[in-house]
Amino acid sequence: MASSETQPGRTGTADLAGLEAGLDALETKEAAERLPVGRILVTKVLPPIVAIGLVLAIWQLVYVAEVQPDYLLPSPLDVGDEFAEMWRQGTLFEYIWTSVSRGILGFLIAVTVGTPLGLVVARVKLVRAAIGPVLTGLQSLPSIAWVPAAIIWFGLTNGTIYAVVLLGAVPSIANGIVSGVDQIPPLYLRAGRMLGARGLTSVRHVLLPAALPGYLAGLKQGWAFSWRSLMAAELIVQSPSLGTGLGQLMEGFRTMQNMSGVLATIILILVVGVAIDLLFFSPLERRVLRSRGLLARVA
Amino acid sequence: MALALDKPGSDGGTETEFAVRLDHVSKSFGRPGKQQLVLDDISLDVAPGEFVTLIGASGCGKSTLLNLTAGLDAASAGTIAVPGGRPALMFQEHALFPWLTAGRNIELALRLRGVPKNERGPEAERLLTLVRLTGAYGKRVHELSGGMRQRVALARALAQDSRLLLMDEPFAALDAITRDVLHEELTRIWNETGVSVLFVTHNVREAVRLAQRVILLSSRPGRIVHEWRVGIDQPRRIEDAEVSALSVEITERLREEIRRHGQQ
Ligand SMILES: Nc1ncnc2c1ncn2[C@@H]1O[C@H](COP(=O)(O)OP(=O)(O)OP(=O)(O)O)[C@@H](O)[C@H]1O
Ligand SMILES: [Mg+2]
Repeated sequence: MASSETQPGRTGTADLAGLEAGLDALETKEAAERLPVGRILVTKVLPPIVAIGLVLAIWQLVYVAEVQPDYLLPSPLDVGDEFAEMWRQGTLFEYIWTSVSRGILGFLIAVTVGTPLGLVVARVKLVRAAIGPVLTGLQSLPSIAWVPAAIIWFGLTNGTIYAVVLLGAVPSIANGIVSGVDQIPPLYLRAGRMLGARGLTSVRHVLLPAALPGYLAGLKQGWAFSWRSLMAAELIVQSPSLGTGLGQLMEGFRTMQNMSGVLATIILILVVGVAIDLLFFSPLERRVLRSRGLLARVA
Repeated sequence: MALALDKPGSDGGTETEFAVRLDHVSKSFGRPGKQQLVLDDISLDVAPGEFVTLIGASGCGKSTLLNLTAGLDAASAGTIAVPGGRPALMFQEHALFPWLTAGRNIELALRLRGVPKNERGPEAERLLTLVRLTGAYGKRVHELSGGMRQRVALARALAQDSRLLLMDEPFAALDAITRDVLHEELTRIWNETGVSVLFVTHNVREAVRLAQRVILLSSRPGRIVHEWRVGIDQPRRIEDAEVSALSVEITERLREEIRRHGQQ
């Protein structure tokens, strides 16, 4: 189209391509290489093992020093025996599964409710003004405060347990997506509009992916709240028809004044909570952040 | 040096006599009663296939003008006609989506334009080749250098297949050598595609290096002060004597404009 299309350039095409290739090569960052397995073991796996060992050692020392009588402070071995006993009876995984399946189901329902709720609060000004503050406030309300109300509504049923889990998890998941959406650089939304993304297309191709990091953080917190609320509910809502989850197990040990059993259950609750985070949420979050260059690989 | 130049003949396919027409466009910001007039009575045509640069001091309303033309914001008065449909806009920052690879960014633009699924991959490859980034399809945005990002952004803008390309200081953040290379690429791509370009910058030499016509905007409010036709043959280089000479003239005029504000 220009007047002098075919005039030979002073920089030949080959020259320019070469110059460009050089610039690209100079400015492109080398992909960081993966750490060798040995180093990962030393830097990531060893420290927590040492820390746990230390805690156990101090515990044993305090036990040997007889600061408290046996029935108030059992030894690590006594607690270990409780695990062994549950293992022998084959009930260990039953207890864990009862709670974990409830936790996961409750969490999934919370995601289904919390995600659209959060999107609407984030995008519709009127809705945000109306329930935004309430949603934030609910997050700081301990979910155990819902237990009495839930029992009055639903009795000693699974309904009560799920109600408490939902009331605990939905606000934090919804708030997660709200803050995810709020943190989207306006530039992305404008770029999306220029490319022709409108309405639902824009939500799907720009809004949701852009909000993903904040959303994932919200999901992670939502799981923590689900698990916490579930334990609170299980501790209080006891009924033979409900089966034995970790909360019910612990309450059973308490009525038998079995301190080793109570401590064993606390450890189980902790381990499950940490394991799900470590095996599922953390890797997912790291993957997303890394693929966007938001997470520097630490050398 | 500012020779009169024949407008490049549009070699068929363009029905309208302009790619964009701004007709007495004004824009104010702020609440009624306490308004700030940013653009005042701007009338401007860009012919099909023409390359126009818009220069002016910082804050004079260049981005505002592009946003209005792009339809991201509404004018307070006047009309803007873009007969070729929604224009493509290249932002100062690359504005590529970091959750997609370079290739997928381009494919998204194609998808939103309605290109069928099986054609998107090859078309994205073609556009990457056009900006000389053949191997970058699977690269994430953060793995690319600044110059490469802007080239992918250019490819994504071209993927819209729009007759009008709006560019808002797209090379301002790049080093001089990379910018130089991208000037050559842009000129080449403009030649190959015949797209009309409205290019905003506050770098006078860049404006002269690229354009067929340079338009100077005053500040507060932004008005068109003067325009120059650039009759220097392409390919040009930013260090060419003719480019320098015209740049000096335009810079002098720009300084005059800015000085005028100090005297008020
Ligand atoms: N949304 C807005 N609300 C209020 N004022 C605005 C808005 N956008 C721009 N302005 C004002 O309009 C004027 C022009 O802004 P604009 O961004 O168009 O300038 P510019 O010429 O692109 O500047 P630069 O060269 O620094 O990019 C500025 O004084 C700015 O403060
Ligand atoms: Mg600007």
